[in-house]
Amino acid sequence: MKTLSIFRRKTLIVKFIQDRNLAYQFTMSLNSYKLLQNKKKNILEKWMNNQLSDEGLREDLISNEELRYQSEELIDALVSNLSGESFSDLMSEEWNSVIEILSGISITRARQGFSPRETGNFVFTLKEALLNVLQEEIGEDSKLLFEESMKITRLMDNLSVITFETFIKGREEVILRQTDEITEISTPVIRVWDGILALPIIGTLDSARTQVVMENLLQEIVDTGSSIAILDISGVPAVDSLVAQHLIKTVSATRLMGAECIISGIRPEIAQTVVHLGIDLSNIITKASLASALAYAFKTMRLEVRKINSVQK
Amino acid sequence: MKSWRKTWTKMILSLSKDPVKIVREQDVILFRNRVKEMAVKIKMGLVNQTRLITAASELVRNMLRYADGGNCLIEVVSRGRDNGIRLTFTDQGPGIADIDLAMKDGYSTGKSLGLGLPGTKRLVNEFNIKSKVGEGTVVTIIKWANG
Repeated sequence: MKTLSIFRRKTLIVKFIQDRNLAYQFTMSLNSYKLLQNKKKNILEKWMNNQLSDEGLREDLISNEELRYQSEELIDALVSNLSGESFSDLMSEEWNSVIEILSGISITRARQGFSPRETGNFVFTLKEALLNVLQEEIGEDSKLLFEESMKITRLMDNLSVITFETFIKGREEVILRQTDEITEISTPVIRVWDGILALPIIGTLDSARTQVVMENLLQEIVDTGSSIAILDISGVPAVDSLVAQHLIKTVSATRLMGAECIISGIRPEIAQTVVHLGIDLSNIITKASLASALAYAFKTMRLEVRKINSVQK
Repeated sequence: MKSWRKTWTKMILSLSKDPVKIVREQDVILFRNRVKEMAVKIKMGLVNQTRLITAASELVRNMLRYADGGNCLIEVVSRGRDNGIRLTFTDQGPGIADIDLAMKDGYSTGKSLGLGLPGTKRLVNEFNIKSKVGEGTVVTIIKWANG
Protein backbone atom coordinates (compact mmCIF):
# COMPACT_ATOMS: atom_id res chain seq x y z
CA MET A 1 0.00 0.00 0.00
CA LYS A 2 2.76 2.36 1.02
CA THR A 3 4.93 1.55 -1.98
CA LEU A 4 1.99 2.14 -4.23
CA SER A 5 1.38 5.61 -2.89
CA ILE A 6 5.03 6.53 -3.35
CA PHE A 7 4.86 5.25 -6.86
CA ARG A 8 1.74 7.23 -7.50
CA ARG A 9 3.28 10.35 -6.12
CA LYS A 10 6.29 9.84 -8.33
CA THR A 11 4.17 9.48 -11.42
CA LEU A 12 2.33 12.60 -10.41
CA ILE A 13 5.53 14.53 -10.14
CA VAL A 14 6.72 13.22 -13.45
CA LYS A 15 3.43 14.14 -14.98
CA PHE A 16 3.64 17.61 -13.53
CA ILE A 17 7.10 18.07 -14.94
CA GLN A 18 6.01 16.61 -18.22
CA ASP A 19 3.36 19.26 -18.34
CA ARG A 20 6.03 21.85 -18.04
CA ASN A 21 7.89 20.11 -20.78
CA LEU A 22 10.89 19.46 -18.59
CA ALA A 23 10.67 15.73 -18.08
CA TYR A 24 13.09 14.87 -20.80
CA GLN A 25 15.69 17.24 -19.55
CA PHE A 26 15.22 16.13 -15.99
CA THR A 27 15.62 12.42 -16.43
CA MET A 28 18.25 12.53 -19.12
CA SER A 29 20.50 15.16 -17.68
CA LEU A 30 20.98 13.37 -14.40
CA ASN A 31 23.75 11.18 -15.74
CA SER A 32 25.83 13.84 -17.42
CA TYR A 33 25.45 16.07 -14.46
CA LYS A 34 26.56 13.42 -11.98
CA LEU A 35 29.41 12.47 -14.20
CA LEU A 36 30.57 16.05 -14.20
CA GLN A 37 30.53 16.12 -10.44
CA ASN A 38 32.29 12.85 -9.82
CA LYS A 39 34.89 13.04 -12.49
CA LYS A 40 35.81 16.67 -12.14
CA LYS A 41 39.53 16.00 -11.62
CA ASN A 42 39.63 13.58 -14.50
CA ILE A 43 37.91 15.98 -16.85
CA LEU A 44 40.18 18.84 -15.86
CA GLU A 45 43.28 16.74 -16.55
CA LYS A 46 42.01 15.68 -19.93
CA TRP A 47 40.99 19.22 -20.77
CA MET A 48 44.37 20.63 -19.80
CA ASN A 49 46.08 17.96 -21.88
CA ASN A 50 43.90 18.84 -24.83
CA GLN A 51 44.60 22.52 -24.44
CA LEU A 52 48.33 22.12 -23.98
CA SER A 53 48.70 19.81 -26.96
CA ASP A 54 46.66 22.11 -29.16
CA GLU A 55 48.57 23.80 -31.95
CA GLY A 56 46.89 27.09 -31.26
CA LEU A 57 48.24 27.29 -27.72
CA ARG A 58 49.42 30.83 -27.12
CA GLU A 59 52.13 30.60 -24.53
CA ASP A 60 53.16 34.11 -25.46
CA LEU A 61 49.83 35.53 -24.39
CA ILE A 62 48.87 33.35 -21.47
CA SER A 63 50.98 31.25 -19.09
CA ASN A 64 50.13 27.63 -18.47
CA GLU A 65 49.41 28.32 -14.82
CA GLU A 66 46.98 31.03 -15.73
CA LEU A 67 45.32 28.78 -18.27
CA ARG A 68 45.01 26.08 -15.66
CA TYR A 69 43.55 28.56 -13.22
CA GLN A 70 40.97 29.72 -15.76
CA SER A 71 40.03 26.17 -16.63
CA GLU A 72 39.68 25.15 -13.01
CA GLU A 73 37.57 28.18 -12.29
CA LEU A 74 35.20 27.34 -15.09
CA ILE A 75 34.86 23.69 -14.13
CA ASP A 76 34.33 24.60 -10.50
CA ALA A 77 31.58 26.96 -11.47
CA LEU A 78 30.07 24.34 -13.74
CA VAL A 79 30.00 21.76 -10.98
CA SER A 80 29.15 23.77 -7.91
CA ASN A 81 26.35 25.87 -9.33
CA LEU A 82 24.45 23.25 -11.16
CA SER A 83 21.65 21.04 -10.09
CA GLY A 84 20.34 18.30 -12.26
CA GLU A 85 17.12 20.02 -13.21
CA SER A 86 18.63 22.94 -14.98
CA PHE A 87 21.37 21.06 -16.75
CA SER A 88 20.26 21.79 -20.25
CA ASP A 89 18.34 24.94 -19.57
CA LEU A 90 20.83 27.75 -20.13
CA MET A 91 18.27 30.37 -19.23
CA SER A 92 18.08 29.28 -15.61
CA GLU A 93 19.79 31.27 -12.89
CA GLU A 94 22.25 28.55 -11.97
CA TRP A 95 24.04 29.15 -15.21
CA ASN A 96 24.65 32.81 -14.55
CA SER A 97 27.93 32.36 -12.75
CA VAL A 98 29.23 29.99 -15.41
CA ILE A 99 28.28 32.38 -18.19
CA GLU A 100 29.81 35.23 -16.25
CA ILE A 101 33.14 33.45 -15.88
CA LEU A 102 33.13 32.34 -19.48
CA SER A 103 32.33 35.84 -20.73
CA GLY A 104 35.05 37.27 -18.53
CA ILE A 105 37.61 34.89 -19.99
CA SER A 106 36.39 35.56 -23.49
CA ILE A 107 36.54 39.33 -23.16
CA THR A 108 40.03 39.32 -21.68
CA ARG A 109 41.15 37.09 -24.52
CA ALA A 110 39.66 39.44 -27.09
CA ARG A 111 41.58 42.31 -25.52
CA GLN A 112 44.79 40.31 -25.30
CA GLY A 113 44.65 39.65 -29.02
CA PHE A 114 43.63 36.00 -29.19
CA SER A 115 42.12 34.91 -32.48
CA PRO A 116 38.47 33.71 -32.47
CA ARG A 117 39.65 30.18 -33.17
CA GLU A 118 41.97 30.18 -30.19
CA THR A 119 39.25 31.50 -27.95
CA GLY A 120 36.73 29.02 -29.26
CA ASN A 121 39.13 26.15 -28.72
CA PHE A 122 38.99 26.84 -25.01
CA VAL A 123 35.42 25.55 -24.98
CA PHE A 124 35.82 23.00 -27.74
CA THR A 125 38.65 21.23 -25.93
CA LEU A 126 36.46 21.02 -22.84
CA LYS A 127 33.75 19.42 -24.91
CA GLU A 128 36.22 16.88 -26.20
CA ALA A 129 37.39 16.08 -22.70
CA LEU A 130 33.83 15.67 -21.49
CA LEU A 131 32.95 13.36 -24.35
CA ASN A 132 36.08 11.29 -23.73
CA VAL A 133 35.25 10.80 -20.08
CA LEU A 134 31.67 10.05 -21.01
CA GLN A 135 32.79 7.29 -23.31
CA GLU A 136 35.00 5.79 -20.65
CA GLU A 137 32.14 5.81 -18.20
CA ILE A 138 29.34 4.53 -20.32
CA GLY A 139 31.35 2.16 -22.44
CA GLU A 140 29.27 -0.19 -24.53
CA ASP A 141 25.77 1.19 -24.20
CA SER A 142 25.74 3.07 -27.47
CA LYS A 143 22.20 4.36 -27.16
CA LEU A 144 22.85 5.96 -23.82
CA LEU A 145 26.22 7.21 -25.00
CA PHE A 146 24.60 8.90 -27.96
CA GLU A 147 21.92 10.52 -25.89
CA GLU A 148 24.33 11.80 -23.30
CA SER A 149 26.75 12.97 -25.97
CA MET A 150 23.98 14.89 -27.67
CA LYS A 151 23.17 16.53 -24.39
CA ILE A 152 26.74 17.55 -23.74
CA THR A 153 27.18 18.68 -27.33
CA ARG A 154 24.13 20.86 -27.14
CA LEU A 155 25.27 22.35 -23.89
CA MET A 156 28.81 23.00 -24.99
CA ASP A 157 27.66 24.44 -28.30
CA ASN A 158 25.57 26.91 -26.40
CA LEU A 159 28.51 27.81 -24.25
CA SER A 160 30.73 28.30 -27.27
CA VAL A 161 28.14 30.57 -28.86
CA ILE A 162 28.23 32.63 -25.69
CA THR A 163 32.01 32.67 -25.89
CA PHE A 164 31.90 34.01 -29.42
CA GLU A 165 29.26 36.57 -28.68
CA THR A 166 31.27 38.02 -25.83
CA PHE A 167 34.45 37.76 -27.84
CA ILE A 168 32.92 39.89 -30.57
CA LYS A 169 31.58 42.30 -27.98
CA GLY A 170 35.08 42.60 -26.56
CA ARG A 171 36.48 43.37 -29.98
CA GLU A 172 33.75 45.93 -30.63
CA GLU A 173 34.69 47.66 -27.42
CA VAL A 174 38.24 47.91 -28.66
CA ILE A 175 37.01 49.45 -31.92
CA LEU A 176 34.80 51.95 -30.12
CA ARG A 177 37.68 52.98 -27.90
CA GLN A 178 39.85 53.47 -30.95
CA THR A 179 37.16 55.60 -32.58
CA ASP A 180 37.14 57.81 -29.52
CA GLU A 181 40.89 58.03 -29.60
CA ILE A 182 40.88 59.02 -33.27
CA THR A 183 38.40 61.81 -32.54
CA GLU A 184 40.67 63.05 -29.80
CA ILE A 185 43.83 62.85 -31.84
CA SER A 186 42.51 64.38 -35.02
CA THR A 187 41.50 67.74 -33.61
CA PRO A 188 44.70 69.53 -32.69
CA VAL A 189 44.81 73.29 -32.40
CA ILE A 190 48.09 74.62 -33.74
CA ARG A 191 49.53 77.99 -32.90
CA VAL A 192 51.04 78.99 -36.22
CA TRP A 193 51.92 82.52 -35.21
CA ASP A 194 51.50 84.83 -32.30
CA GLY A 195 47.76 85.48 -32.40
CA ILE A 196 46.99 83.05 -35.19
CA LEU A 197 45.58 79.58 -34.58
CA ALA A 198 45.14 76.86 -37.17
CA LEU A 199 42.84 73.89 -36.86
CA PRO A 200 43.18 71.21 -39.52
CA ILE A 201 40.06 69.07 -39.64
CA ILE A 202 40.58 65.61 -41.03
CA GLY A 203 37.73 63.19 -41.65
CA THR A 204 34.00 63.64 -41.37
CA LEU A 205 32.62 66.44 -39.27
CA ASP A 206 29.69 65.09 -37.28
CA SER A 207 27.98 66.60 -34.26
CA ALA A 208 30.22 64.95 -31.69
CA ARG A 209 33.33 65.95 -33.59
CA THR A 210 32.16 69.55 -34.00
CA GLN A 211 31.64 69.74 -30.28
CA VAL A 212 35.24 68.66 -29.64
CA VAL A 213 36.59 71.00 -32.32
CA MET A 214 34.63 73.94 -31.00
CA GLU A 215 35.59 73.32 -27.39
CA ASN A 216 39.29 72.98 -28.20
CA LEU A 217 39.28 76.03 -30.44
CA LEU A 218 37.44 78.34 -28.07
CA GLN A 219 39.57 77.26 -25.13
CA GLU A 220 42.73 77.84 -27.12
CA ILE A 221 41.53 81.29 -28.17
CA VAL A 222 41.13 82.19 -24.50
CA ASP A 223 44.47 80.65 -23.52
CA THR A 224 46.53 82.31 -26.21
CA GLY A 225 44.55 85.47 -26.73
CA SER A 226 44.54 84.87 -30.47
CA SER A 227 42.55 87.06 -32.76
CA ILE A 228 42.48 84.86 -35.87
CA ALA A 229 41.56 81.22 -36.23
CA ILE A 230 41.96 79.25 -39.45
CA LEU A 231 39.76 76.19 -39.95
CA ASP A 232 41.32 74.01 -42.61
CA ILE A 233 38.86 71.57 -44.16
CA SER A 234 41.08 70.09 -46.88
CA GLY A 235 40.85 66.77 -45.05
CA VAL A 236 37.06 66.70 -44.99
CA PRO A 237 35.86 64.33 -47.73
CA ALA A 238 32.39 65.79 -48.26
CA VAL A 239 30.68 68.96 -47.16
CA ASP A 240 26.94 68.47 -46.88
CA SER A 241 24.46 70.81 -45.25
CA LEU A 242 25.03 69.35 -41.79
CA VAL A 243 28.78 69.83 -42.01
CA ALA A 244 28.23 73.35 -43.34
CA GLN A 245 25.88 74.07 -40.48
CA HIS A 246 28.48 72.89 -38.01
CA LEU A 247 31.10 75.08 -39.68
CA ILE A 248 28.82 78.11 -39.55
CA LYS A 249 28.16 77.48 -35.86
CA THR A 250 31.86 77.21 -35.11
CA VAL A 251 32.55 80.45 -36.97
CA SER A 252 29.77 82.29 -35.11
CA ALA A 253 31.06 81.05 -31.76
CA THR A 254 34.58 82.17 -32.61
CA ARG A 255 33.30 85.58 -33.58
CA LEU A 256 31.48 85.87 -30.27
CA MET A 257 34.84 85.32 -28.61
CA GLY A 258 36.15 88.32 -30.49
CA ALA A 259 38.26 86.40 -32.97
CA GLU A 260 37.97 86.20 -36.73
CA CYS A 261 37.56 82.79 -38.34
CA ILE A 262 38.82 81.87 -41.79
CA ILE A 263 37.84 78.64 -43.51
CA SER A 264 40.54 77.32 -45.79
CA GLY A 265 41.16 74.26 -47.91
CA ILE A 266 38.01 74.41 -50.00
CA ARG A 267 38.57 72.17 -53.01
CA PRO A 268 37.00 72.99 -56.38
CA GLU A 269 34.53 70.09 -56.28
CA ILE A 270 33.48 71.03 -52.78
CA ALA A 271 32.93 74.62 -53.85
CA GLN A 272 30.63 73.43 -56.65
CA THR A 273 28.71 71.13 -54.37
CA VAL A 274 28.21 73.80 -51.76
CA VAL A 275 26.85 76.18 -54.39
CA HIS A 276 24.47 73.54 -55.74
CA LEU A 277 23.26 72.70 -52.28
CA GLY A 278 22.48 76.38 -51.83
CA ILE A 279 24.54 76.89 -48.70
CA ASP A 280 25.36 80.52 -48.10
CA LEU A 281 28.93 80.91 -46.88
CA SER A 282 29.32 84.42 -48.25
CA ASN A 283 29.67 86.12 -44.89
CA ILE A 284 32.50 83.83 -43.92
CA ILE A 285 36.02 84.46 -45.14
CA THR A 286 37.02 81.42 -47.18
CA LYS A 287 40.30 80.63 -48.89
CA ALA A 288 41.40 77.84 -51.18
CA SER A 289 44.53 76.94 -49.26
CA LEU A 290 46.00 77.26 -45.81
CA ALA A 291 48.81 79.37 -47.29
CA SER A 292 46.45 82.01 -48.64
CA ALA A 293 44.51 81.99 -45.38
CA LEU A 294 47.76 82.61 -43.51
CA ALA A 295 48.69 85.39 -45.91
CA TYR A 296 45.29 86.98 -45.30
CA ALA A 297 45.78 86.64 -41.55
CA PHE A 298 49.17 88.33 -41.77
CA LYS A 299 47.63 91.13 -43.76
CA THR A 300 44.90 91.76 -41.20
CA MET A 301 47.45 91.74 -38.42
CA ARG A 302 49.61 94.14 -40.39
CA LEU A 303 52.46 91.70 -40.55
CA GLU A 304 54.74 91.25 -43.49
CA VAL A 305 56.85 88.33 -44.57
CA ARG A 306 59.84 89.45 -46.60
CA LYS A 307 62.77 87.89 -48.27
CA ILE A 308 66.04 89.22 -46.92
CA ASN A 309 68.06 90.67 -49.73
CA SER A 310 71.18 91.86 -48.06
CA VAL A 311 73.30 88.92 -47.07
CA GLN A 312 76.02 89.79 -44.62
CA LYS A 313 79.46 88.61 -45.48
CA MET B 1 11.42 48.52 -84.73
CA LYS B 2 12.07 52.15 -84.10
CA SER B 3 9.74 52.35 -81.13
CA TRP B 4 11.37 49.25 -79.71
CA ARG B 5 14.74 50.87 -79.93
CA LYS B 6 13.44 53.98 -78.35
CA THR B 7 12.12 52.16 -75.33
CA TRP B 8 15.30 50.16 -75.14
CA THR B 9 17.52 53.20 -74.95
CA LYS B 10 15.24 54.77 -72.39
CA MET B 11 14.97 51.76 -70.17
CA ILE B 12 17.11 51.79 -67.08
CA LEU B 13 18.86 48.52 -66.37
CA SER B 14 20.19 47.64 -62.97
CA LEU B 15 23.60 46.00 -63.23
CA SER B 16 24.42 45.42 -59.60
CA LYS B 17 22.65 45.70 -56.29
CA ASP B 18 24.19 46.40 -52.93
CA PRO B 19 21.91 46.88 -49.94
CA VAL B 20 23.20 48.74 -46.89
CA LYS B 21 21.45 49.09 -43.58
CA ILE B 22 21.75 52.37 -41.70
CA VAL B 23 21.22 52.45 -37.96
CA ARG B 24 24.00 54.56 -36.49
CA GLU B 25 25.86 57.70 -37.38
CA GLN B 26 28.99 55.65 -38.03
CA ASP B 27 27.15 53.85 -40.84
CA VAL B 28 27.01 57.10 -42.80
CA ILE B 29 30.75 57.06 -43.41
CA LEU B 30 30.68 53.39 -44.35
CA PHE B 31 27.81 53.96 -46.75
CA ARG B 32 29.49 56.96 -48.33
CA ASN B 33 32.64 54.98 -48.92
CA ARG B 34 30.61 52.24 -50.59
CA VAL B 35 28.95 54.79 -52.89
CA LYS B 36 32.31 56.29 -53.69
CA GLU B 37 33.76 52.88 -54.55
CA MET B 38 30.91 52.26 -56.98
CA ALA B 39 31.23 55.71 -58.51
CA VAL B 40 34.94 55.20 -59.08
CA LYS B 41 34.21 51.83 -60.65
CA ILE B 42 31.98 53.35 -63.33
CA LYS B 43 34.56 56.11 -63.90
CA MET B 44 32.49 58.98 -62.63
CA GLY B 45 34.32 62.30 -62.61
CA LEU B 46 35.52 63.84 -59.37
CA VAL B 47 32.99 66.66 -59.34
CA ASN B 48 30.08 64.33 -60.00
CA GLN B 49 31.40 61.90 -57.43
CA THR B 50 31.45 64.63 -54.82
CA ARG B 51 27.95 65.71 -55.80
CA LEU B 52 26.61 62.19 -55.54
CA ILE B 53 28.31 61.53 -52.23
CA THR B 54 27.07 64.80 -50.79
CA ALA B 55 23.53 64.04 -51.95
CA ALA B 56 23.75 60.55 -50.48
CA SER B 57 25.09 61.97 -47.26
CA GLU B 58 22.20 64.43 -47.01
CA LEU B 59 19.57 61.76 -47.52
CA VAL B 60 21.16 59.30 -45.13
CA ARG B 61 21.39 61.95 -42.48
CA ASN B 62 17.73 62.81 -43.00
CA MET B 63 16.88 59.16 -42.59
CA LEU B 64 18.87 58.91 -39.36
CA ARG B 65 17.52 62.12 -37.94
CA TYR B 66 13.85 61.73 -38.70
CA ALA B 67 13.31 58.00 -39.03
CA ASP B 68 16.03 56.47 -36.82
CA GLY B 69 17.66 54.80 -39.79
CA GLY B 70 16.48 52.67 -42.66
CA ASN B 71 17.68 50.80 -45.70
CA CYS B 72 19.70 52.01 -48.65
CA LEU B 73 20.17 50.30 -51.95
CA ILE B 74 23.16 51.15 -54.11
CA GLU B 75 22.73 50.17 -57.76
CA VAL B 76 24.86 50.56 -60.81
CA VAL B 77 22.40 51.34 -63.58
CA SER B 78 22.74 51.77 -67.27
CA ARG B 79 20.56 53.54 -69.81
CA GLY B 80 21.76 53.06 -73.33
CA ARG B 81 25.33 54.29 -73.26
CA ASP B 82 25.14 56.05 -69.94
CA ASN B 83 26.20 54.45 -66.73
CA GLY B 84 25.17 55.80 -63.41
CA ILE B 85 24.45 55.16 -59.79
CA ARG B 86 20.96 54.81 -58.43
CA LEU B 87 20.42 55.12 -54.72
CA THR B 88 17.17 54.17 -53.04
CA PHE B 89 16.53 55.21 -49.44
CA THR B 90 13.68 53.49 -47.67
CA ASP B 91 12.61 54.25 -44.14
CA GLN B 92 9.69 53.52 -41.87
CA GLY B 93 9.71 56.93 -40.29
CA PRO B 94 6.92 59.41 -39.63
CA GLY B 95 6.72 60.43 -43.32
CA ILE B 96 6.49 63.89 -44.81
CA ALA B 97 3.13 65.64 -44.63
CA ASP B 98 3.75 68.31 -47.25
CA ILE B 99 6.39 67.33 -49.78
CA ASP B 100 6.19 70.62 -51.67
CA LEU B 101 6.96 72.49 -48.50
CA ALA B 102 9.78 70.09 -47.61
CA MET B 103 11.29 70.71 -51.04
CA LYS B 104 11.48 74.44 -50.40
CA ASP B 105 14.82 76.03 -49.61
CA GLY B 106 15.22 76.88 -45.98
CA TYR B 107 12.28 74.95 -44.64
CA SER B 108 13.09 72.51 -41.85
CA THR B 109 11.23 70.92 -39.00
CA GLY B 110 14.47 69.83 -37.37
CA LYS B 111 16.48 73.04 -36.79
CA SER B 112 18.79 72.35 -39.72
CA LEU B 113 19.56 74.62 -42.65
CA GLY B 114 16.63 73.22 -44.58
CA LEU B 115 18.70 72.60 -47.67
CA GLY B 116 18.93 68.81 -47.58
CA LEU B 117 16.07 67.83 -49.88
CA PRO B 118 16.07 70.79 -52.32
CA GLY B 119 19.87 70.81 -52.38
CA THR B 120 19.99 67.12 -53.12
CA LYS B 121 17.60 67.60 -56.00
CA ARG B 122 19.96 70.16 -57.52
CA LEU B 123 22.94 67.85 -57.07
CA VAL B 124 21.58 64.82 -58.92
CA ASN B 125 20.06 64.08 -62.32
CA GLU B 126 16.92 62.35 -61.23
CA PHE B 127 15.13 62.80 -57.96
CA ASN B 128 11.99 61.07 -56.83
CA ILE B 129 10.34 61.21 -53.46
CA LYS B 130 7.32 59.34 -52.17
CA SER B 131 6.05 59.65 -48.67
CA LYS B 132 3.08 58.67 -46.62
CA VAL B 133 2.47 60.04 -43.17
CA GLY B 134 2.87 57.33 -40.58
CA GLU B 135 4.29 54.81 -43.01
CA GLY B 136 7.58 56.14 -44.21
CA THR B 137 9.47 57.75 -47.04
CA VAL B 138 11.18 56.44 -50.16
CA VAL B 139 13.67 58.63 -51.99
CA THR B 140 15.32 57.54 -55.23
CA ILE B 141 18.11 59.46 -56.90
CA ILE B 142 20.15 58.80 -60.03
CA LYS B 143 23.42 60.40 -60.96
CA TRP B 144 24.83 59.62 -64.39
CA ALA B 145 28.58 59.23 -64.73
CA ASN B 146 28.81 62.14 -67.14
CA GLY B 147 25.61 63.97 -66.45
